[in-house]
Amino acid sequence: MSGPAVVDARGTRCPVPVIRVARASRDLPAGTTLVLLADDEAARSDVPAWARMRGHAVTLEPEGSWTRYSVLLGGGAGTTPARST
Amino acid sequence: MAHTTVHPPSDPRSEPPAGPSAAGVLDASRGPLHPLAARTLGAAVEAAWADPTRLHGPGRRARALLDTAREVLAEAVGVRPDELSVHASPEDALAVGLDGLRHARRRVGGRVVASAVERSVVLLRCGDDEPVPVSAQGRVDPDAYRAAVGRPEVAAAVVQTANGEVGTRQPVAELASAARDAGVPLLLDATASLGRDPLPSHGDVVVADAAAFGGPPVGLLGVRAGTRWGLPGPRRESEQGRTLAAPWVPLVLAAAEAWRQTSAAASADAAAAGVLVDRVRAAAAGVPDVEVVGDPLDRLPHVVTFSVLFTDGEVLVDELARRGVAVASGSACSSSALRPSHVLAAMGVLTHGNVRVSLPLESVSPGRADDVERLCAVLPDVVADVRRRLGTAGL
Repeated sequence: MSGPAVVDARGTRCPVPVIRVARASRDLPAGTTLVLLADDEAARSDVPAWARMRGHAVTLEPEGSWTRYSVLLGGGAGTTPARST
Repeated sequence: MAHTTVHPPSDPRSEPPAGPSAAGVLDASRGPLHPLAARTLGAAVEAAWADPTRLHGPGRRARALLDTAREVLAEAVGVRPDELSVHASPEDALAVGLDGLRHARRRVGGRVVASAVERSVVLLRCGDDEPVPVSAQGRVDPDAYRAAVGRPEVAAAVVQTANGEVGTRQPVAELASAARDAGVPLLLDATASLGRDPLPSHGDVVVADAAAFGGPPVGLLGVRAGTRWGLPGPRRESEQGRTLAAPWVPLVLAAAEAWRQTSAAASADAAAAGVLVDRVRAAAAGVPDVEVVGDPLDRLPHVVTFSVLFTDGEVLVDELARRGVAVASGSACSSSALRPSHVLAAMGVLTHGNVRVSLPLESVSPGRADDVERLCAVLPDVVADVRRRLGTAGL
């Protein structure tokens, strides 16, 4: 079984990470998990805000100099804070 | 009463110049000047250039004019003239006002309590303490604020009357009573609101910005008598011991003239601005995937911010400028630091594709209603264009 699709947007700046994850999510069914890697500071606000507007759920995990965003498509309201810091 | 005001020889038949530089400007954060404040500035360059500490004729004249202007500005801030100092910028007034409170209570501790949406110059003085969180509308959480001021080692607390980026008013009375109950002195940051919205009568220290009411962007700092307040370092010579040098008097005269010209009409202007901002909010909300942020009702009359999903703040600002509308943005790409607005981030709202509108006073920009109409008219096309260019239409 393969893992979730990963969008690596590290090294890009706003609004590119959120555009890439939105593009990747477009043709995936609800219930799918999509992973975004991004190191842009604005993405920490913008990915959860986009997810809220689109009805997805997001979990943020800091990974050193970047952040891993796990997006559960159609996963409903809200963002889960990071598991660990 | 020879030396009270400076007026250029005026032609009573002509209306004050409309100030062509105000056309299309929907970014009032720094000017443009009220036309009569601009005239006063020009006249004062001739009449009040001198150092007000000098004993010669020009110095004494500058001193007399400065004293009169200080009375006007002190009344605006709600303090006595000998409690007011004029600073080179509102940021400097905030920094000095807060540093004085902290230093006077350094034996209690060094903590400063402030919300996450205070101005950067305030947040830089909070050390490693987490700022008090705000709601999605940018309003300070009163329970968290009360808990924060009740901790040990708190030297001072800060609250803004309202947020200058998103417009949301703060529950000032509630936060001030929390500070009072904890015995912590309070700095009230009215830099976004004075001249636009009634000034709450709270705060041991009050800070304002003359640019908010059509003056030059000088900082006004009121420290009420009886407040424990003092700066570290060598004694400062000017402005109640708060600045290194006397202010340049023409700027202070222009600030006082702006207050004289605009304070009487402030509430009528606010009512009209509130209607225009409602127009902008409705027009922006009508564009797909636009998030209009800040409290829709309990807000400054003249400020509105919205974020456009899948666009770029810098490109939006450029495109609007091409169509004759000047706006600001809180997006990272439009800031020199490449960081998004800390206010938008603290609210948890979109930071990219951000457009920030602050209306000049109508007396500063008589065409502002037309400018608002133009913004509302072009916005859907501008957003569609930018999304097309970025390949994000229909995402």
